[in-house]
Amino acid sequence: MNLTLKIWRQKDSKSKGQMVDYKVSDISEHMSFLEMMDVLNEQLVAKGEEPVAFDHDCREGICGMCSMYINGEAHGPDRGVTTCQLHMRMFKDGDTITIEPFRAAAFPVIKDLVVDRTSFDRIQQAGGYISVNTSGNTQDANAIPISKHAADEAMDAATCIGCGACVATCKNSSAMLFVGAKVSQYALLPQGQVEAADRVRNMVAQMDLEGFGNCTNTGACEIECPKGISLENIARMNRELLKASF
Amino acid sequence: MSGFFKSSIGRKVAMALSAFFLMIFLLQHFVINLLSVFSADAFNEASHFMGTNPLIQFVMQPILIFGVVFHFVMGFVLEIKNKKARQVSYVSNNGNANSTWMSRNMIYSGAAILAFIVLHFIDFWIPEINHKYIAFLPEDPTRYFGELHHKFENPIRVGAYVIAFVFLALHLLHGFTSAFQSVGATAGRKKTMKDIGKAYAILIPLGFIFIALYHHLNH
Repeated sequence: MNLTLKIWRQKDSKSKGQMVDYKVSDISEHMSFLEMMDVLNEQLVAKGEEPVAFDHDCREGICGMCSMYINGEAHGPDRGVTTCQLHMRMFKDGDTITIEPFRAAAFPVIKDLVVDRTSFDRIQQAGGYISVNTSGNTQDANAIPISKHAADEAMDAATCIGCGACVATCKNSSAMLFVGAKVSQYALLPQGQVEAADRVRNMVAQMDLEGFGNCTNTGACEIECPKGISLENIARMNRELLKASF
Repeated sequence: MSGFFKSSIGRKVAMALSAFFLMIFLLQHFVINLLSVFSADAFNEASHFMGTNPLIQFVMQPILIFGVVFHFVMGFVLEIKNKKARQVSYVSNNGNANSTWMSRNMIYSGAAILAFIVLHFIDFWIPEINHKYIAFLPEDPTRYFGELHHKFENPIRVGAYVIAFVFLALHLLHGFTSAFQSVGATAGRKKTMKDIGKAYAILIPLGFIFIALYHHLNH
C-alpha cells in the first residue's frame, strides 16, 4: 500500500504545531498502525529528519498508552481496538490518513502526537482505590458473597485502560466515562462501598478541577472506547454522587 | 447539597430537572391546543381556566418562566465551558461515526427554539398579559378559540411555527433520553425508554404542526 499521511507535528508544548504531509510506500495490510508509523520513522531517521513522537508501550491493547486521533476518530475507524491493534487492512491503497494527537485542554500536547494524560492519574489518586487497612482480623475477601451480575459489571468497568479516547472523542472533552468506570468498579463491590461517598465526591471534584468538559450524553465515548465501557457507568456515577450529596 | 450543584454532574442534573419540567409543560400545552381541533367550547373552557386560575397564573407561570430562562442560560453556560475544554480543534473530526447530529447540535436546535419562544412571547403571551393585567379588558371566556384561529391565518406565522417545531423535534430526539441519563436513570438507555423518547419527540411537535395547519386551512 502507498499512503499519504497528514500528521500533526509540534516541537514541544510551547511551540505552535501544524499538519505535515508524508508519503509512505510498501505498507503491508497485515501491519499494525504503529508498525506503519515505525516504517515512516525509519524513513525519516534515514533522511536525517526528526521522527514523529507518539506514545506506545505494550502494543497489545492493554496498557492504554497509544493515543492517536486517526481520520477523525480516536484509535481510528475500527471498533473495540486501540491504535496498536488497528490494522492497515482497514485502509486502502492510495488513502490519505489524518493523524492528530488526542485534543483536550486537560491533555496538553507534549510533542507531536504525545499528550500529557497525568490528569487521569490525579483523578485516580483522588479516590480511585480502596484503603486496605489491616486490623489483624480483616475478613477474607473471598468470604464476602458477591452476585455474579455485580461481579461482571464491576469487571466490565475495570477493563478501562485509561487511554483517554473517551475524552478525545467527546465534543465536550468530558472525562465522565473514565471517571464513571473507575467509580463503578468499586461502587459495585462490597469492598469499595465503605469509601463510596468520599470516592465519588473527590474524583468528580478532581475531574472538574482538571478542566474536563461536561457530559451531554452524545454516547460517542462508548462507541470509540477500545474496551467498550458502557454509558451505564456514567449513569451510575451520577447516582453515586446524588447519593453522596443528599 | 450546594456543592453538588456546583459540580459538573450537579449542573447536568439541574439541566435535566428543568428539561423534565418543560417537557411536562409542553405536554399539557399540546393537550389544551389539541382541544381546539375537536371543540371550540372545550378549548375555551380549558384556556379560560388556565388564564384565570390564580395558582396557574401566579405560581406555575413564574415557575415556567424561570424554568425556560434557567434551561437556556444553563445551556449556554455549559456550552461555553465545554468549548473551553478543547481549545485546539481537530483538523479532521468524524462526529457522524459515533453520535447523532441531534446530540452534537443541541445548542443550535436550542437557540432556534429560544428564538421561537421570544417570538411566541411577543405574539401570544404579551398581548395576553396586556389584556388581563395592564389594559384590564373585560374577560370573555369564549374569546380564546377565535383568537387562536385568527392567529393561524397568516402563512408566515404558520411557516415559522412549523420550522420551530421541527427544531423542537430535533432537540427532543436527543434531549428526552439524555435527561433521564443525566439523573442517573439506567432506563434512559433501555430500548423502551428510547422508544418513548422518540415517540414523544416526534408526535408532540408533529401534533403542534397539525393544529397550526388545521386552523390555517380552515379559514
